[in-house]
Amino acid sequence: MKATIPGLLLLAALALLPAVSGEYYVNLGSQMLIAVIFASSLNLLVGYAGLTSLGHAAYLGLSAYIAAWLALRLGLGHAMAAPLTLLATTAIGGIFGWIALRASGLSFLMLTLALSQVVWGLAYRWTSVTNGDNGLSGLTRPAPFGIDMENSNAYYWFVLSITAVVLVVVGRLVNSPFGASLRGTRDQARRMSSLGYNVWAIRWCAFVGASFVGAVAGLLYVYFHKYVHPSVLSVTASAEVLLSVIAGGAGTLAGPAVGAVLVVLLKNYASGYVERWNMLLGAVFVFIVLVMPHGIVPGARSLLARLKEKRA
Amino acid sequence: MQFWLTQTLNSLALGGLLLLLSSGFALIFGLMRIANLTHGALFMIGAYVAASVARAGWGFAMAVVLAGLATAAIGGLFERLVLRRLAGNAQAQVLATLGLSFIAADLCLVLWGGDPIPVSPPAFLSGPASLFGFSFPSYRLAVIAVALVAAVVLYLLLERTRLGARIRAGVDDMPMARAVGIRASALFTSVFCLGAMLAGLGGAFGGPMLSAYPGLDADMLPLALIVVILGGVGSLMGTFIASFIIGFVYTFGTALVPDLAYVILFLPMILVLAFRPTGLLGGARA
Repeated sequence: MKATIPGLLLLAALALLPAVSGEYYVNLGSQMLIAVIFASSLNLLVGYAGLTSLGHAAYLGLSAYIAAWLALRLGLGHAMAAPLTLLATTAIGGIFGWIALRASGLSFLMLTLALSQVVWGLAYRWTSVTNGDNGLSGLTRPAPFGIDMENSNAYYWFVLSITAVVLVVVGRLVNSPFGASLRGTRDQARRMSSLGYNVWAIRWCAFVGASFVGAVAGLLYVYFHKYVHPSVLSVTASAEVLLSVIAGGAGTLAGPAVGAVLVVLLKNYASGYVERWNMLLGAVFVFIVLVMPHGIVPGARSLLARLKEKRA
Repeated sequence: MQFWLTQTLNSLALGGLLLLLSSGFALIFGLMRIANLTHGALFMIGAYVAASVARAGWGFAMAVVLAGLATAAIGGLFERLVLRRLAGNAQAQVLATLGLSFIAADLCLVLWGGDPIPVSPPAFLSGPASLFGFSFPSYRLAVIAVALVAAVVLYLLLERTRLGARIRAGVDDMPMARAVGIRASALFTSVFCLGAMLAGLGGAFGGPMLSAYPGLDADMLPLALIVVILGGVGSLMGTFIASFIIGFVYTFGTALVPDLAYVILFLPMILVLAFRPTGLLGGARA
């Protein structure tokens, strides 16, 4: 609860962004917030369940594709399409989770990568549904309560409020009894099992929860761009979100958010100067793993603690 | 009839390439517990090096040799300079290999450009061969033969040589292997080089079938992962069998239902995971 007041202040400050900056930065802000939601969803798995998934782009991508397909091919309105998209993506997440959790450790990681690559290949080759390399375009943003979201400021505030809700829900979840048992399965799976917890079921629930939040990010993504291309499902996309979580600090609420903001900034600014985003991404990955394995937020925290000790 | 025979041959040839690629992955994983995600990139580097050497007119045999040597050297450097520093932290090692694979793939794009580079097979294998009144592309027959020879050589290497005995000891019980005087450091580097070289050879032999193009790594890596999971992680014999299963499933899937070939790849994996989560021969000694 001690985070409530700073959290509200931060939210108020972020809500003022459109008042002080132009449309370019407002749109960049929306993209960052979507990345924050996406990173928080992966953090449930990587940080709290200790399950490193290398295929998390599958859920954002599936959700974006399903939303686009429902709107374009079935002509559904947003009020119908959005819940159906979340439901379908979460259901697929449930199936993928069942497959991936048949294995553990490195095999889990390889399975998540293989599954997401299968979805990626499907997006490229199943042209009758996905329109292949051309992607699906011609989408619209929803207009809840008659508010026109084609306006960047309105859309920014929409994304900001959903981000706040998602972070509060994820924060409540990981501090709930379920969150405690989830961390238990991460740290001491065998003990949890002998205490009578169903480790497999707890992990599966985390996987489904992560794919649901990922699907939320996917919906916001497709509303923002009004376009979806197979590259949202690529390994690069999965690696970007994993880098956000690990660079920021897996297993903390703020870490992945900080990481996501940094990765979006890096991608936006660096790609303006160098064309080699993949190389830079790879290099940052190797650097973080070698030099800062626990991430920025825990690293900064321990630095602050050490400074306080010195002063005392 | 010709269709089925041709597709069968294509399946076996793709299975052969997957055998080279995946057995390297399985060797490294079995001994060092590293899921080497640079394997797809190493395959691609092998294909590109072979393409360049063949274009320079040095002949296909030289192209294969140089591709193998180049990827072995790159693999050795990866292991010594990066992975060695992360020993004992499996997750960090995987993430490092992922980062390295991005760097390698982008470097290939810088060096060789974005257009696919075809690799011509050696002259004596470029025409069709006829067998029992049917004609076959003779290069694919040669790839199958190469893969079978490689499988036998690997098996003999592991079962009949001193290096193989050391590797088997390390796979079974690394601390004990160290205690009896096996130098783990040298063993790890040589196995990593060997695994990387197998991926590079796969790429070189795959060049005339697939040609070298950006994205070849992302196309091959999931196939290798599926083969390894299907065969049983770390089991060499399981990897051999699974390579040909996936070769058949993927080739016939692409030929019969091109849109959904990627989904059909799932099926053998789901069946095996449902009934034998450790893979076909997982847990059994290979």
